[in-house]
Amino acid sequence: MSILVIAEHDNQSIKDATLSTIAAAKEIGGDITVLVAGQGCDGAAQAASQIEGVSTVLKADDASLSHNLAENLAPLVADTVKSKGCEHVLAPGSTFGKGFLPCVSALLDVQQLTDIIGVEGADTFKRPIYGGQAIATVKTSDAIKVMTVRATAFDKVAASGGSASVEDLGGASNSGLSSFVGQELSVSERPELTSAGVVVSGGRGVGSSDDFKIIEALADKLGAAVGASRAAVDSGYISNDHQVGQTGKVVAPELYIAVGISGAIQHLAGMKDSKIIVAINKDEEAPIFQVADYGLVADLFDAAPALTEKL
Amino acid sequence: MKILVPVKRVIDYNVKVRVKSDNTGVETQNVKMSMNPFDEIAIEEAVRLKEAGKATEIIAVSVGPSQCQETLRTAMAIGADSGILIETDETVEPLNVAKLLKAVVDEQSPDIVIMGKQAIDDDSNQTGQMLSTLLGWGQATFASKVELEDGSAKVTRELDGGLETLSIKTPCIITTDLRLNEPRYASLPNIMKAKKKPMETKSPSDYGVEISNRLEILKVEEPAARAGGITVPDVDTLIDKLKNEAKVI
Ligand SMILES: Cc1cc2nc3c(=O)[nH]c(=O)nc-3n(C[C@H](O)[C@H](O)[C@H](O)COP(=O)(O)OP(=O)(O)OC[C@H]3O[C@@H](n4cnc5c(N)ncnc54)[C@H](O)[C@@H]3O)c2cc1C
Repeated sequence: MSILVIAEHDNQSIKDATLSTIAAAKEIGGDITVLVAGQGCDGAAQAASQIEGVSTVLKADDASLSHNLAENLAPLVADTVKSKGCEHVLAPGSTFGKGFLPCVSALLDVQQLTDIIGVEGADTFKRPIYGGQAIATVKTSDAIKVMTVRATAFDKVAASGGSASVEDLGGASNSGLSSFVGQELSVSERPELTSAGVVVSGGRGVGSSDDFKIIEALADKLGAAVGASRAAVDSGYISNDHQVGQTGKVVAPELYIAVGISGAIQHLAGMKDSKIIVAINKDEEAPIFQVADYGLVADLFDAAPALTEKL
Repeated sequence: MKILVPVKRVIDYNVKVRVKSDNTGVETQNVKMSMNPFDEIAIEEAVRLKEAGKATEIIAVSVGPSQCQETLRTAMAIGADSGILIETDETVEPLNVAKLLKAVVDEQSPDIVIMGKQAIDDDSNQTGQMLSTLLGWGQATFASKVELEDGSAKVTRELDGGLETLSIKTPCIITTDLRLNEPRYASLPNIMKAKKKPMETKSPSDYGVEISNRLEILKVEEPAARAGGITVPDVDTLIDKLKNEAKVI
């Protein structure tokens, strides 16, 4: 069987979510090809060739591929799937994968699977539905199986140890339908939210962006990433890329500390697979305590700074 | 400028979903159903564009059982001008929804389709992207800001690493993220008015689309339950437990 994995990368290096996606590909079993599409992406292609378990890297380097515009990337992927005779096509379940992969599915006339969390066979997969309130086992009858992979559900393969060949696919064409105008990327010294070992998240209870420093201080003491509930993001305490939940990021760190978060279903969807969950909330009835391994009923303005100080 | 807004009827986001005891699906009997929250945001955005004089007509469309009429009436109470129900009792997978929507677009010729980025039942996040490809239109997914310009739309998107702005030629597909707007509550007079707005009922075969599903749901289960936790009395105990019991710090 031949599996194509579309790499998420920054032209120089490969994102961790790609390593988890390759882990899912290994569970399916077969010959794994990784496509690196971008502009000036030679570094990323070389990095991909080192990944454990990858047999071939395909590189497509073109100005039209510089910003992952779905209209340019999807035809390239669909053509590659056809010319290489791939039976599975996998991409990370990030905004990158979710943005363009359904376009590939439409071009191939395939009903895609979103966010698989388990491989039961070459055509059968587990995936969460209703924000993780239920898990469906789904069998697809499509000849080509296209899916995004939830990174937290698969242990990353090693980024080194492989020695795949790198094949140049040449350029790609520009659809002219969309163009990149600009971006505001969040820059942070802290670990990346989705792959951090420890995450400290703040909710509406924190009350203001000024007071969100309490969360950040605790995170820094623990070398943790900072997360947030939707309410905290909507209230402007912190930018949207910190949102954890059904419609934000899914995290599964060793330790997740929820501070001033009530534990709505939509928030739990993004963090309840964490190994250890700590909740600090002044309301002992808050639903977050139902999933917490350690609950501390306390005012966060006392407890969080005390925790930072005593750690 | 005509805007098409697809809306889906789903289990209300406040409902705790229960898995059926025979593991064939989730309980939908006697469960509160509502419009998918992202679709409400899509309708609201369309209505704001109309109020700003940039759009002239808003058509809401829904695919599903006859009860989707209520969802369409809600859309019309927020401000859609008319509704189309493509009635079917079958499960319609995203690719088939996209094929039906393509047929509606071919019939109605909207300039923009604004739709939710995902439905909170199957969490697929596929239909908008599939529709854009089937139509050969540009797309801007996960929108948090939309500005219409002449012949194009400037859309800010919420990505994992921050925000990105794209310019897409119209006609185009825009899918909504949570922070695009806060949908209004429909007022009583508008709910009454919505009852008189035109609504058409069609079937998938009217649009020449055969609903053939590719996915078979073998089983639906509860997620693994977390083992019960404990309440700690103070910060010192918490630190002790994290260090010596959980060994995570
Ligand atoms: C379609 C849809 C998608 C959604 N997606 C997401 C998502 O991805 N992620 C997400 O998080 N939410 C999401 N939500 C929103 C979700 O339903 C909740 O509204 C949100 O998670 C609530 O955030 P919160 O817990 O911070 O706020 P609240 O529910 O208001 O809780 C605040 C908590 O802080 C506590 N508190 C207040 N003051 C203090 C204090 N001084 N000390 C200690 N505790 C204090 C309170 O007791 C309370 O429990 C979504 C909603 C919808 C409709």
